[in-house]
Amino acid sequence: MSNIKVALVGNPNTGKTSLFNRLTGLNQKVGNYPGITVDKKIGFTKLTSDKGAEIIDLPGTYSLNASSLDEDVAVKVLSDKNNENYPDVVVVVVDIENLKRNLFIFTQIKDLGIPTILAINMADQMTVRGIDIDIPKLESVLETKIALVSSKQNKGISHLKKLITSYKLLSVLPCFVEQDSVFSQYAKDDKKKHHLETVRRYQFLKSTLEETYTQDPQNAKDIRTLLDRILIHKVYGYLIFFTILFTVFQALFSWSAIPMDFIDSTFATLSEKTREYLPSGVFTNLLAEGIIPGIGGVVIFIPQIAFLFLFTSFLEESGYMSRVVFLMDRIMRRFGLSGKSIVPLISGTACAIPAIMAARNIENWKERLITILVTPFTTCSARLPVYAIIISLIIPTEATFLSFNVQGLLLMSLYLLGFSTAILAAAFLDKMLKISSKSYFVIEMPNYKLPLFKNVAYNVIEKTKAFVFEAGKIILAISILLWVLASYGPGDHLKNASEIVQKQHPTHQGDLLQTEIASYKLEHSYIGVMGKLIEPAIKPLGYDWKIGVAVITSFAAREVFVGTLATIYSVGNEQESTIKDRMRNEVYQDSKKPVYSFATGISILLFYAFAMQCMSTIAIVKRETNGWKWPMIQMFVMSGMAYVTAFIAYQTLS
Amino acid sequence: MKANTIADLQRGERAIIKSFMEIDVPLKLIEMGCIEGNYVEVLQRAPMQDPIYLNISGTYLAIRLEIASKVLVEKL
Repeated sequence: MSNIKVALVGNPNTGKTSLFNRLTGLNQKVGNYPGITVDKKIGFTKLTSDKGAEIIDLPGTYSLNASSLDEDVAVKVLSDKNNENYPDVVVVVVDIENLKRNLFIFTQIKDLGIPTILAINMADQMTVRGIDIDIPKLESVLETKIALVSSKQNKGISHLKKLITSYKLLSVLPCFVEQDSVFSQYAKDDKKKHHLETVRRYQFLKSTLEETYTQDPQNAKDIRTLLDRILIHKVYGYLIFFTILFTVFQALFSWSAIPMDFIDSTFATLSEKTREYLPSGVFTNLLAEGIIPGIGGVVIFIPQIAFLFLFTSFLEESGYMSRVVFLMDRIMRRFGLSGKSIVPLISGTACAIPAIMAARNIENWKERLITILVTPFTTCSARLPVYAIIISLIIPTEATFLSFNVQGLLLMSLYLLGFSTAILAAAFLDKMLKISSKSYFVIEMPNYKLPLFKNVAYNVIEKTKAFVFEAGKIILAISILLWVLASYGPGDHLKNASEIVQKQHPTHQGDLLQTEIASYKLEHSYIGVMGKLIEPAIKPLGYDWKIGVAVITSFAAREVFVGTLATIYSVGNEQESTIKDRMRNEVYQDSKKPVYSFATGISILLFYAFAMQCMSTIAIVKRETNGWKWPMIQMFVMSGMAYVTAFIAYQTLS
Repeated sequence: MKANTIADLQRGERAIIKSFMEIDVPLKLIEMGCIEGNYVEVLQRAPMQDPIYLNISGTYLAIRLEIASKVLVEKL
């Protein structure tokens, strides 16, 4: 039997996603709507022993007037009977404390003639806030069935499920009719009519709620006033914001260090054991030198990414992020940005791709474009593995400055560098771009709430999973390709390697001879030949050809850098050691000085701070700006900057 | 009496929304409940007075001074 198709609709901040999580558990998947990148979340739930429901969580919207891309998705799904996601029944989720505004979209959806259930969420607040609702009356005026639910306390869910099961009994009549103003008949740009219709809908809701909804004003006080007084205070507000950022980044580095070291050594052991227990041959080599280090290169950044997503989703869920937007708007505008650019710039520390999509909330096109163009400067989590390994190579762990860990401070300065570059670039673009567009800045300031553990956890799991699998696919493929390129080469150099090396170094024996042979082989493999070819271009930055190869492969995605080096350094190297140890022992072929000196390290850090080493970002910028012009400009400017700063840094420091 | 806009309200002041100076007020603002007859209260103004944090008939939102100066109100 087929599942009932349910669509969840509602304003942002109504706990729609919490309800979705409640209904579906981890039984959900995230995809994309065809052609656009708005997240499409679908989950499944069991209604009765033999009936199930497929639930689609539509993007949070304030109305069906389709003034943004997210709203457009909701309109497309709900107004087209042939749409693959067209639901059998709609559940409109509203917050009990702001019924009037939340019900606005409900009246619009009722006009579409789809069976509709009203789920009044956060019902646990009823007694606390002194709210009383005449449910039967409201049901009859709105032509619907109502479920009072609390996704926080898991109440009312079974009643909601019952209503969904018997959706065929629901009325499909509109609850608000005017002769000439059924919502769907409007021309999209008919603003005046929209305005009038909006006013009439509100009047209808006002009179409806006057009869059915009462709130004891004595109990209406909340912690909003108190928290706002501190959190958006003109001095404390900023202090608190910067303290939070500082703490997050210090914590991020020290907390994830332990699991990361553990993962690093585990994979090194795994490679070693594979070689020990499997019969030697091409397949074992591929496994031990290509695939295992490759996967290790992905797994290693799970801790940091998970922590980052944990912090960003905590800030979003708690309602604090909107306060930051409010605090920063005036300042950001000075640089051609919007207060709302703070969200992309902060979530850009996780990944530029969702961050660039988050810029959709910015109403002004110029501000939005600038935000899109500068967001990739912020330090995304893919830079972290590169930073982490280089920092740990050039700064001793125990080094402290004013009792702060120097490694942490350097990492923090890289974040600051990324952020300030983004801001300065924005100011520059603001002067350069001649685009005039009206600024409609409207942002809801939601109630403060303690984030639900479940929501945050799902968010972290889901995003980390998506990131690791997406990045993992690329990294795994590249690792295998690299291994092949590093293990085979043109001509007979590789086959005759040991004879040639023995002839060149007749005195070498044992380990020394083996190492010499291994590096000879690598040098004459396909990858070695390619690396040598580009060496002249990167030598002034302090990179040898191996780093050069890593720079090229990591054009796909920055994190590939570490994986590539892991693969390159492990080919032919049979001792058990971590990537870090191998890098530490690496010397230039001519001068025999360590490759990862302070100068080279800083040069690599700066290169990755600026360079546009991410194909996915280029793709998303192309999609969001509708063409190749902006992503191309962005790429050449960023990578040019990277080369120049890395060059200057290496030449001054070495 | 001189016409006031939301931009003229001090922190803590309440007013009733009367009309809009131009048609081109963002629809989103209207959808959020900023319509004729509703009350508005200024909760806070960010440093440099901009943006303004409002309570419009139970909906909490922030708008820029630029839009606020287009919404005519009558002080309570």
